[in-house]
Amino acid sequence: MIASAQPRSWTLLPGFGLALGITLTYLGLIVLIPLSVLLVKAGDAGPPKIWAELSSPRVLAAFRLSFGMAFLAAVCNALFGFMLAWVLARYRFAGRRLMDAMIDLPFALPTAVAGISLAQLYATNGWLGSVLAQAGITVAFTPLGVLIALIFVGLPFVVRTVQPVLEELDREMEEAAVLLGAARWDIIRRVVIPPLIPAVMTGATLAFARAIGEYGSVIFIAGNMPGYSEIVPLLIVIKLEQYDYLGAAVIASGMLIASFILLLAINSLQARMRRWQGG
Amino acid sequence: MARLKASSVAAGQTLPLSESRGVRAALITIAVVFFVFFLLLPLIVVFAEALRQGFHAYWAGLRDPETLAAIRLTLLTAILVVPINTVFGIAAAWAITKFTFAGKNLLITLIDVPFSVSPVIGGMVFVLLFGLPGVLGPWLAAHDIKIVFAVPGVIIATLFVTLPFVARELIPLMQKQGTDQEEAAIMLGANGLQTFLRITLPNIKWGLLYGVLLCNGRAIGEFGAVAVVSGHIMGLTNTMPLHVEVLYNDFNFVAAFAVASLLVMMAFATLVLKAVLESRAAPRSAGLP
Amino acid sequence: MAGVSTRTRDSGMCQHLGVALATLLLWQLQASPLLCAETTLLNASYEPTRRFYSAVNKAFAAQWQHQSGQSILIYQSHAGSGAQARAVSFGLEADVVTLALAYDIDAIVERAGLLAPDWQKRLPDNSAPYASTIVFLVRKGNPKQIRDWPDLARQGVTVVTPNPKTSGGARWNFMAAWGYAMRSYGNDESKARDFLGRIYGNAPVLDTGARGATITFTRRGIGDVLIAWENEALLAAREIGPDEFEIVVPSLSILAEPPVAVVDKVVDRRGTRQAAEAYLGFLYSPEGQKLAAQNYYRPRSKEVLEQHLDRFTQVELMDIAAFGGWKQVQKVHFADGGTFDRIYGSQSPTK
Repeated sequence: MIASAQPRSWTLLPGFGLALGITLTYLGLIVLIPLSVLLVKAGDAGPPKIWAELSSPRVLAAFRLSFGMAFLAAVCNALFGFMLAWVLARYRFAGRRLMDAMIDLPFALPTAVAGISLAQLYATNGWLGSVLAQAGITVAFTPLGVLIALIFVGLPFVVRTVQPVLEELDREMEEAAVLLGAARWDIIRRVVIPPLIPAVMTGATLAFARAIGEYGSVIFIAGNMPGYSEIVPLLIVIKLEQYDYLGAAVIASGMLIASFILLLAINSLQARMRRWQGG
Repeated sequence: MARLKASSVAAGQTLPLSESRGVRAALITIAVVFFVFFLLLPLIVVFAEALRQGFHAYWAGLRDPETLAAIRLTLLTAILVVPINTVFGIAAAWAITKFTFAGKNLLITLIDVPFSVSPVIGGMVFVLLFGLPGVLGPWLAAHDIKIVFAVPGVIIATLFVTLPFVARELIPLMQKQGTDQEEAAIMLGANGLQTFLRITLPNIKWGLLYGVLLCNGRAIGEFGAVAVVSGHIMGLTNTMPLHVEVLYNDFNFVAAFAVASLLVMMAFATLVLKAVLESRAAPRSAGLP
Repeated sequence: MAGVSTRTRDSGMCQHLGVALATLLLWQLQASPLLCAETTLLNASYEPTRRFYSAVNKAFAAQWQHQSGQSILIYQSHAGSGAQARAVSFGLEADVVTLALAYDIDAIVERAGLLAPDWQKRLPDNSAPYASTIVFLVRKGNPKQIRDWPDLARQGVTVVTPNPKTSGGARWNFMAAWGYAMRSYGNDESKARDFLGRIYGNAPVLDTGARGATITFTRRGIGDVLIAWENEALLAAREIGPDEFEIVVPSLSILAEPPVAVVDKVVDRRGTRQAAEAYLGFLYSPEGQKLAAQNYYRPRSKEVLEQHLDRFTQVELMDIAAFGGWKQVQKVHFADGGTFDRIYGSQSPTK
């Protein structure tokens, strides 16, 4: 109470200088300086080359694949993640605790391990791949394989953003609606889901951001065919190996700027979420 | 989870407080099926392949000197990277959430950049900076200092990709908690360190733990950034995930999956630790990832 | 009080962390070469040579110890040939490079000036102590009846070959096919491009490296035929899956000469020139040549070749010089806008 009477610019707590100093120095050394080198390098290429690079068919195809698949994966994760969060937060069943703990596995598991095991599973001679092959579906080395890998790495994001909100949701609103005679589906649609939408959006955007840059889990299962199944991070590596540093820097900078914009979106969504929750 | 007490309901009336049995069963089934197919099966495959030729072959695959070197490097990386990024995360969260200053939102976004940028780019920027044709390259070469294509490069690239994890967990959490308690402590005569250790830390410990575990998981498992920066020197600059790829590419599938299974077990241990510690405490504080 | 227990728990944890860190550093240090060998070399090579150089390094270290009384430790780094060239140009401190084609070493000269431009003349046989060629690997029984290059361009045949932009082996593959096409079509370039277009049209995946392509074919069951280094094909057919694969040698192929070189600037700075040159010299020695043959490379030594004729089929071989040398080939076929890009630009992928 006393604190709120103080003018905002006057700080009572110590440690501002030290904390901010550490933060800025470290951030500068590890993030800002290296990334500026990248952008400067890309800028060195000059507008005509930058345009030529970013509009070449191969680069565009890679962007379409990376962004397109990431978007699809984020949508899948939004749907299934929501369902998983719902089931984990609201129901009781055997194995719930185990399932809850294991949702974080894609966060804890190295992407390379996910990559080789998914490649093994969905190869035409793999457990799932052989079954799918009989149905005429190929997963490995097609964009579908990329999609599955991206769903895997993005799985926890929506679940972990929605779960806490679901758990903290006030059941009184639902109970009031019940007492007022609303049907279950209506209650869900009008009372429960609306506050969850920002959470789902945040989670899905996080999953999307993670998926566009994903390398380790995708590289084992993607076909790497230029113009068809080649993801952007691989294209960057290929350019580097061809000594096309400028080309690599230009594409990387494009990704960087796209990621930055996404981040701004995520952060504003999270700010909106906090307002919703009154935190 | 509050439930309407039966006693407050008129006799004979059934209230749709939850979904019907059938819907619930269906949802649970779908969720479990999804979980099994997308999460469980890949894990089972790892162990099935690792043990395909029996336990002896599995064990032999792990005892190879180059594998041991990879394990050492991975552990060394984690032990260096996690504390550094934890200190950074705490410092950044303290500065951002307990004070007001201009550019705060920009700072938060900048901290998040390594999270959303492709790890390949994360590795590449250091090669461009410290490599021979890079800005600092000639100076480093002249002084015989090796950063990229040597262990320091691996550590720095991992620092980059794991930088945001602790901060991301702490910032929303500490923002929610506000500054009242700390200010009260200061006015009661505590100094900054005491305030932090006795007031702030207990409040944030679950968010901090989760952030540390995520940071650790990523530090151990990072592949893309390290692949660009490591130089693939067997026995020297290969981390465990890289070594998995090396073994896989040399037709040593059992050994590749054996090392992968080690990584799965490390990930499991992390999750079990988190679950155990959390179950000993109060309900989860809603820190957003 | 909660605060006190937090404090002691924290300092306890700090202590544990410190002990763990110290132990780890000691373990790392103990295993580091600084305390073990007197000389160390780093050999940057391409992917398929892992087993070969593992054997070579052991044998050479024994010989070096015997001859000079000193211990030597050779580190290996393996990745795609182009990737290694880039890494070395960017500062990977390799004392020797043993890559898939001369162009990749030329690139190191051009980009980073780490070797003298006349490196290839310093050792015999264009600095390639062993050679190989390009053959086909097919499933046992050869169900699709693959006999020669035109079969790869047939409808309904799935071909596995790596990406020439990143893989050295892939470029040898491409040039072998190109050479055949040029000869068949009387040097008509557009017909040759069309022919190669059909072959690459039959490829569902382009791995980044030769070894990756071998894994795709042998392990993941993709494809009817793998275009590969002879040494890769022999390894797969003889060791990895003797009941699963067989080799088909085409009527015309290319002499693939993977070269080796000492990286001048690095060995001079590290003082390892003598050891590095002895190491490369070992590859030409009878023992080195025998190891090459055992690992399915065609040795240069006639005696050793005679002893291993059972594994190396006689085949008519073209030389890269016939196409103007690697610099010319790279510019025409693999640079941006070159033949490969033109073929791929008009590609619609299979499936």
